[in-house]
Amino acid sequence: MVNLTIEDRPVTVPEGTTILEAAKVAGILIPHYCYHPGLPIAGVCRMCLVQVEKAPKLAPSCATTVAEGQVVHVYTDKSLEARKAVLEMLLINHPLDCPICDQSGECELQDFTYMEGRKESRYRDPKRFNPAEDFGGDVIYVPNRCILCTRCVRFMDDVAHEPTLNVSERGDRALIGKFEGRDMTHPWAANVIDLCPVGALLSKDFLNKARAWELDRTASICPNCTQGCNVMMETRENQIVRMKPRPNENVNAFFMCDWGRLNYRWMNEKNRAEQPMVRQGGALAATTWELAITAAARALNGKKVFVAASPMLSNESLFLLTELIQGGSGAFRVVEGDEAPLAGVEDLALRRERAANVYGAEKLGFKKTRDLLGGLGQGDVLVVAGEDLAGIDAAALSGASDVIVISSVLPEAAAARASVVLPIANFAEEEGTVTNLRGRVQRFTQARQAPGETRPSWLVLGDLLGALGKQSNFFLPSEVFARLASVNKSFAGLSYDTIGFKGLPLADAPAGPKTPIAVGAA
Amino acid sequence: MGFPHHPHPRETTVLSKYFGDAEARTLDGWKKRGGYKALEKALGMQPADIVNVVKESGLRGRGGAGFPTGMKWSFMKPGDGKPHYLCCNADESEPGTFKDRELMRWTPHALVEGCAIGAYAIGAETAYIYIRGEFTEPLYWMEKAVAEAYAAGIIGKNAMGTGKRVDVYVHKGAGAYICGEETALMNSLEGRRGNPRIKPPFPAVSGVFGMPTTINNVETLIASAPILLNGADWYKKMSLSNPKSTGTKLFSVCGNVQRPGTYEVVLGFPFKEFLYDLCGGPLHGRKFKAVIPGGASVPIQTMEEAEATLMDYEGFVAQGSMLGSGGVIVIDDAQPMVTVIARLARFFAHESCAQCTQCREGTAWTTKIMERIRDGEGTMEDLDTLLDIGEQMTGTTICVLSDSCAVPVASGIKKFRGEFEALIQGRRFHPVTAAVA
Repeated sequence: MVNLTIEDRPVTVPEGTTILEAAKVAGILIPHYCYHPGLPIAGVCRMCLVQVEKAPKLAPSCATTVAEGQVVHVYTDKSLEARKAVLEMLLINHPLDCPICDQSGECELQDFTYMEGRKESRYRDPKRFNPAEDFGGDVIYVPNRCILCTRCVRFMDDVAHEPTLNVSERGDRALIGKFEGRDMTHPWAANVIDLCPVGALLSKDFLNKARAWELDRTASICPNCTQGCNVMMETRENQIVRMKPRPNENVNAFFMCDWGRLNYRWMNEKNRAEQPMVRQGGALAATTWELAITAAARALNGKKVFVAASPMLSNESLFLLTELIQGGSGAFRVVEGDEAPLAGVEDLALRRERAANVYGAEKLGFKKTRDLLGGLGQGDVLVVAGEDLAGIDAAALSGASDVIVISSVLPEAAAARASVVLPIANFAEEEGTVTNLRGRVQRFTQARQAPGETRPSWLVLGDLLGALGKQSNFFLPSEVFARLASVNKSFAGLSYDTIGFKGLPLADAPAGPKTPIAVGAA
Repeated sequence: MGFPHHPHPRETTVLSKYFGDAEARTLDGWKKRGGYKALEKALGMQPADIVNVVKESGLRGRGGAGFPTGMKWSFMKPGDGKPHYLCCNADESEPGTFKDRELMRWTPHALVEGCAIGAYAIGAETAYIYIRGEFTEPLYWMEKAVAEAYAAGIIGKNAMGTGKRVDVYVHKGAGAYICGEETALMNSLEGRRGNPRIKPPFPAVSGVFGMPTTINNVETLIASAPILLNGADWYKKMSLSNPKSTGTKLFSVCGNVQRPGTYEVVLGFPFKEFLYDLCGGPLHGRKFKAVIPGGASVPIQTMEEAEATLMDYEGFVAQGSMLGSGGVIVIDDAQPMVTVIARLARFFAHESCAQCTQCREGTAWTTKIMERIRDGEGTMEDLDTLLDIGEQMTGTTICVLSDSCAVPVASGIKKFRGEFEALIQGRRFHPVTAAVA
């Protein structure tokens, strides 16, 4: 450990820490652009210059490691002047088009200019102009806003291990270029949009959709594969408009894949089951929750139950479903795709299995199968929980004595047979936990409001269990989880409080190959 | 030595002795003139002894920084289990400097010999000569000399029959000023973009391919041969003023003088006599106005300063400039200083590698303002802005290109402010009236 003083505050950090990271420990954010904790150090933006006592020149704090007894000043006249000059120079060729820039409001050039920049520029010559360029994939490049921090270049070279971008040209003519015949279609390429500290690299998907300050941000988990990348779900007027990675050194470092990032529209689905329904005189008719729950309980009572569950459901809901099964069985199926690893980060990939809670579902006793209704016995009550029954013929349900749908969308195949429909919230509309492929339990929270009379799945299932005379009285998902932890050894010792927003492994989680990445506060 | 290669009587020709002697370019001709004797002697010595002799001699880097060569060589610790490399910086791209070009054109074998000695002294078995892309003729001679030396067994797996391996490779650059900066050169040599690296780590710890590397200028390496042959004392005695500056130095003179060319003098030679006697003084009817004595990136000297200068590392510093690479650019009274400085700034703006903000934006901004002033559209505030930008461009970046751009501008404004103000106030510079005035 090394002891030093930063702005009169004593700090103790491990050997080899940079001054910039040590300053974060002391509660000081030294302005910086090219530095990013997930990338190799470049030391080129010269924004993080600080004064180190006894050093002849200002030191770039991102590239200077701490030394015993060092005294660092961040806010001396000399270092403030230097940073002011860097900001002025970064802005001389910048179009200052914040009113039409997507990055506005979450732009580090704005932030640090407000913090330490000049009020007015002394630049009175023409600005450089380069046209915007489509980089392929989800990425668009606006060179006029670029400050050439090279974060994107380093991400593609050193993290994605697919050199695609470069600094072309020299001097103030320099801009980010693409190598001949390459483009940003690498499955993780869109991370450069998040890494870009300014509005130079933008998402085509998010282009002109919303201003940063209109967004509500919710800590969640990407539901699109078993990796369980930590994300922020960003909504505008109750619609998810974007997902961004949330740093977690044990799961996804600072990144998420393009497929997961762009696959959020299903959570905004408009064609929803919005009201509880029961079959009356051959047709489904809207009713109240009380009557629907009662009807469902009546149908279930004493019967053998087969649950066709969705691996998108939370641990809580799946656990409550197991209580419902009563000697029957449950199965689920998973959509599959190609695995796409991110070469530079250990054990991080877009996984083959494209659902959030495959590991949790198996752990709770659901059988992974390709033939979803294969286990449905003659005369069983079929409970369709979250499953859309896509590709399944209505005839496959004929063996069931009764069909109860607990789902956010009424599956076409079940429409003619369902006797009760209990509409539930989808992944973005409720709170819960999911377990990723390394057995890590992670919390997600509600990002948007569920439509109509829809209720969270754990609440619906809790009520149903209550109506069946089993213990319920769950008022919060955390109570369901506490119950799960008390009866299931794998979940023992875990609670919402201890899991927090970085997740914790199950008691019997397989030892992952992962060594945590050093992740500074992003 | 002015064109066509007649040494001036007051020159001391150690390295430039065979300039203009076509036979010295061939292996046989070079051997007849005493070539490769120093290498033979070196290979019979212990590397540490060679380093000591060079240390003793007081030889300092001829590329610009003037770092003691022996000390630089001694940073290479033997027996660290890593391959060592020697790099010869032949990327002579500093405007106004062309001494290495002449050395390589006329005495290519001297550089092969110098590289072999240097490599052996630092425990390296491989030496790279990174040669400037535009140097087609020197490249031709260097490649020829290296091939001849290999064929004769002077270098290679069994250098001069001693069983020691010394490989020399010639690598052609692609034409970037910044690749003359040692770490940018290493990146370029490795096949990367020629961007300077952050120091530390220094090349002696992590240089070419991440291995301990020493990088020396062409002239420095060539000078090591006569030092080994004639001894450190012989070299040390060649000093006319400060004992810390020893030996001879090539100065390449260009600009408004009677006899531009490459001259070799003992360090400490009076600059006034150098300019008026060796170089023949100003062109007819003109007067010297200013000198840039060490390549484009050193401060401009007024004639008063230049005439009081003794030509060594300390002498130039005492008179407000630096010895640099020894590229003397002479400016006479018919040249508008603003135009000269604007052109220099344009060069640096063009050559900035675009890594550091201050350099990428600052050099271009400086150029825009300088050219505006040149065109009569400047303001008095521009001068303050220039000085302020220059201050922020100094000492804040990875390499010194940014400083190099700020230096001529700042020294120009300080020393020739009148010319700037005249242009700003609408008085155009007139070469004829200026020369007569």
